[in-house]
Amino acid sequence: MKLVFEKSVPGRRAVRIAPTNVPKINIRSDLLRQKPANLPELSELDVVRHFTELSRRNFGVDNNFYPLGSCTMKYNPKVAEHIASYPGFADLHPLLPQLRMGGMLTQGALRVLHEIDLLLREITGMAEFTMQPLAGAHGELTGMMIMAAYHREQGNKKTTILIPDSAHGTNPASAAIAGYSVVSIPSNDSGVMDIEAVRQHLNDDVAGLMLTCPNTLGIFNPHVKDICDLIHSVDGLTYYDGANLNAIVGKARPGDFGFDIVHLNLHKTFATPHGGGGPGAGPVGVKKKLVPFLPVSVVIKRNDGTYALQYDRPKSIGYIAPFYGNFGVVLKAYVYILMLGKEGLCRVAENAVLNANYVKERLKGHYRLAFDRLCKHECVFTISERMAQNGIHAVDIAKALIDKGFHPPTVYFPTIVKDAMMIEPTETESKETLDSFIDAMIEIAEQAENEPEKLKTTPTTAVVCRPNETIAAKNLNIAYL
Amino acid sequence: MVIEGLLYTKDHEWARIDADVATIGITDYAQQMLGELVFVELPDIGKKFAGHDELAVVESTKAANDIYSPVAGKVIEVNGELESQPELINQDCYNAGWICKLQITDTKSVESLMDSKQYEEYLGGH
Amino acid sequence: MPFISNTPQQQEQMLAEIGLTMDELFDDVPRELMAEAFDLPRGLSEQETRNRLMELAEKNATHLTCFLGGGFYDHFIPAAVHSIVSRSEFYTAYTPYQPELSQGVLQATYEYQSMICRLTEMEVANASLYDGGTALYEAMMMALRITDRNKVIVDDSVNPIYRVMIHSYTQNLKIELEQTHCEDGLTNRDQILQIIDDKTAAVIVQNPNFFGCIDEFSDIAEAAHDKGSLLIVSSYPVSLGILKTPAAMGADIVTGEGQSLGIPMSFGGPYLGFMASAKQYVRKMPGRIAGETLDMSGQKAYVLTLQTREQHIRRDKATSNICSNEALCALTALVYLSLLGTQGLRETAQLCADKAKYAYKRLTAIPGVEPHFRGKWFFNEFVLDLPYEAADVIARLIEKRFAAGFPLGRYYDGMENSILISVTEKRTKQEIGMLAEALESVL
Repeated sequence: MKLVFEKSVPGRRAVRIAPTNVPKINIRSDLLRQKPANLPELSELDVVRHFTELSRRNFGVDNNFYPLGSCTMKYNPKVAEHIASYPGFADLHPLLPQLRMGGMLTQGALRVLHEIDLLLREITGMAEFTMQPLAGAHGELTGMMIMAAYHREQGNKKTTILIPDSAHGTNPASAAIAGYSVVSIPSNDSGVMDIEAVRQHLNDDVAGLMLTCPNTLGIFNPHVKDICDLIHSVDGLTYYDGANLNAIVGKARPGDFGFDIVHLNLHKTFATPHGGGGPGAGPVGVKKKLVPFLPVSVVIKRNDGTYALQYDRPKSIGYIAPFYGNFGVVLKAYVYILMLGKEGLCRVAENAVLNANYVKERLKGHYRLAFDRLCKHECVFTISERMAQNGIHAVDIAKALIDKGFHPPTVYFPTIVKDAMMIEPTETESKETLDSFIDAMIEIAEQAENEPEKLKTTPTTAVVCRPNETIAAKNLNIAYL
Repeated sequence: MVIEGLLYTKDHEWARIDADVATIGITDYAQQMLGELVFVELPDIGKKFAGHDELAVVESTKAANDIYSPVAGKVIEVNGELESQPELINQDCYNAGWICKLQITDTKSVESLMDSKQYEEYLGGH
Repeated sequence: MPFISNTPQQQEQMLAEIGLTMDELFDDVPRELMAEAFDLPRGLSEQETRNRLMELAEKNATHLTCFLGGGFYDHFIPAAVHSIVSRSEFYTAYTPYQPELSQGVLQATYEYQSMICRLTEMEVANASLYDGGTALYEAMMMALRITDRNKVIVDDSVNPIYRVMIHSYTQNLKIELEQTHCEDGLTNRDQILQIIDDKTAAVIVQNPNFFGCIDEFSDIAEAAHDKGSLLIVSSYPVSLGILKTPAAMGADIVTGEGQSLGIPMSFGGPYLGFMASAKQYVRKMPGRIAGETLDMSGQKAYVLTLQTREQHIRRDKATSNICSNEALCALTALVYLSLLGTQGLRETAQLCADKAKYAYKRLTAIPGVEPHFRGKWFFNEFVLDLPYEAADVIARLIEKRFAAGFPLGRYYDGMENSILISVTEKRTKQEIGMLAEALESVL
């Protein structure tokens, strides 16, 4: 398909700019660009057709089942999109509340920020949230900065963060960027962080621990509280990576496990759309002793019932985002929580876990389970021995699924499982959808064992087939100029 | 494939010692594990490294691996061919795919390296 | 139950098939860790939710005529932008891990990167970062990696919001941040040239700067390059419709806030951080990058490339911890720029400058209102000195339905009477006239 630039026709226009009756000024010529920015020249219809065609070359949750493990591709309610486009929200300038009495101009927005804070506190068992982190990884960095600020105030000289080997890459990267060195803790035979290994690596240098629970294998660590206690015994802090909160939301609370800091991915558990890779939002919640370190500003409710921004927090880690977070995303999560309510929220994890275990049980005779045990919101399979002998890899299963009309699961992650296929159905999918996915997976398994060469050329129905990553990296072409 | 006469590290680098100069590369085992290489980040000439310092980086599309200096030394030459043809390491890791030459500053650092026989045994245990 | 498809009967059927009860599904969670109850409100219907949120939306003041900028602007957005980015094949997708199902987002990302390169005249761009502030911080970190140095110089005419963010992020790192002070409306090059040395990784400047003044950084670029340092320019993309590009001034890394490219203000986000650089630094760049390649049958295709820089492969040695981009916002900017085209963007930028100059003339004609920086070229923002505290005057103008500007005393000592006024192409001559009348009436 042609690029938007290749469709350009000199002189064609889509947008007519309103005429004006103010004089034109001539800015000094050495401050001006030499030649105009070379943008495409198209009609509105050209542009609409181009992007409509691009959209048809893309696959979202609205197209079909999207069991991308650890990404929680649940249905994104349309009403949330509708509400986010209300002019009262979409057209609100972020600097308004920084004007004198300006908070009164944004009472609705501040109330949304305050109320979702209260809701998330109750859902997670934390003392207070900041909505500012702009994504999950940004929440991790914020959490690590809070950790560092706490230790600085305590006079602690701590240098390392313990992270399980099954963790997302963002965990070690966030810890490193906050100035810590990372100690990777191996998983044990049950697929979880080994408490003995934690004990072995425990010393006064340990600033804290980052843990995803249930982890990326979909397994809940039964020793999670003991691990938190161990870390606390050296005045370390515990960080809960909320990437997998969907597995326990409405059933259990990370605050009760002993975590001091949590981040939530609103685009996962709280159903805001993933946008093709962002924007997300990664609010961070902390226990009481860490509240003073939260980033500024903080939304407070005053005695007269009005809402205001508070900046006077001397121990705060400072500003980590330009304003109050990805407000448009936070708003959609707020709408989602309001609509689910207490009774709905308690059904989320139940159905997410039920769906995952249903898929796991029905597929386990056909693929090899990395850990054959009760799972939470996702299950991790790998290929059978016969498939391996046939030269089949996870990628072949994934590509074959595309031809059956499904988005593949996450493959090759977690890295501790060879040829991992991580399936997360989410609670919003129906039994019929799961059954048709399972049937497709079984058919592919049979092919992988008996006619493996057929899988090697899949997908045949997609617009492209297995683009070559080596060529992309070697003959780097990342802009059309 | 392991070549006699070279010295090896546990991280799968090799060193060819010629008087006080060590030519450095990665072993056949390492290049096979990495797959087709797409980029090599070479050290700056003149830069000094202790033994087991991060010397260079080799990248495939799926992995990026640090190459550690097998010996302590100063970089006196790099294989500029790798900038445009990183695949030389895949094709001929022990000759055309060499990475750089170090002037050895601490001869003791050479002593801890494995000879080809020891390295083969080490690989056998993998 | 909202958003759960399976009926209770189906749930029972599935439980029976796997031989467990709903409670047993949570047997691996120690009993004492299960929550007893959640104190949450009952769920609302869609109608109740919409009514409640409409009520809240109406408590926000969007009736004000907006002359508030400060890096975040009320530009006109063509209806086609929202219509296109609302296609759910885009917005309900995730990161293009499976290129066969993501050619739409991948090609759009490649086009977006190309668009940023064309705007800035830089050689390469990434798939976007969270916002202009985090992009500037990431650019600084990138410069530290490239130069292997630890000193950074920032002029205080760079957006103060970004400067405080950089300050927070560098608290735990061994980075020496030096700030130079803008005196006459332009970046303080004398001070920069004095303190730049061979430990300096980068000089960070902004154009147009926070006060709206247009600068030209070729001299600073030359001085930086002489010392082996990099020049990082934070820029306002709409202004690049007419203003000299950062590349033409010798910038090594360019960042900026892309909100002005068709993205609603949405009370501070989601926004779009863009980043471009010289090609030689691409492997030190943070964030995702889409690249062109060929598929098995030899046809053109797009993939994420240079992924070995990123956290999912490099973990604690990655160029950044970022694992997403602002894909939908990048798409929005791409659609906006495609609709405006070369002429549309040029005319929009020119109109911003024309209307700002007109407003400047109207407002400085009011007795007691003086320009703060004299004889400086500005783009679509300028600073005026008022006879009283600016915050106070602005508060009184809100009663007259104007968000008249930003009080600079909030971020700059000694500028308590100064107001930063922004004028976009969306403001009319009539609105500007009404602002002038209103201002005169409250002084």
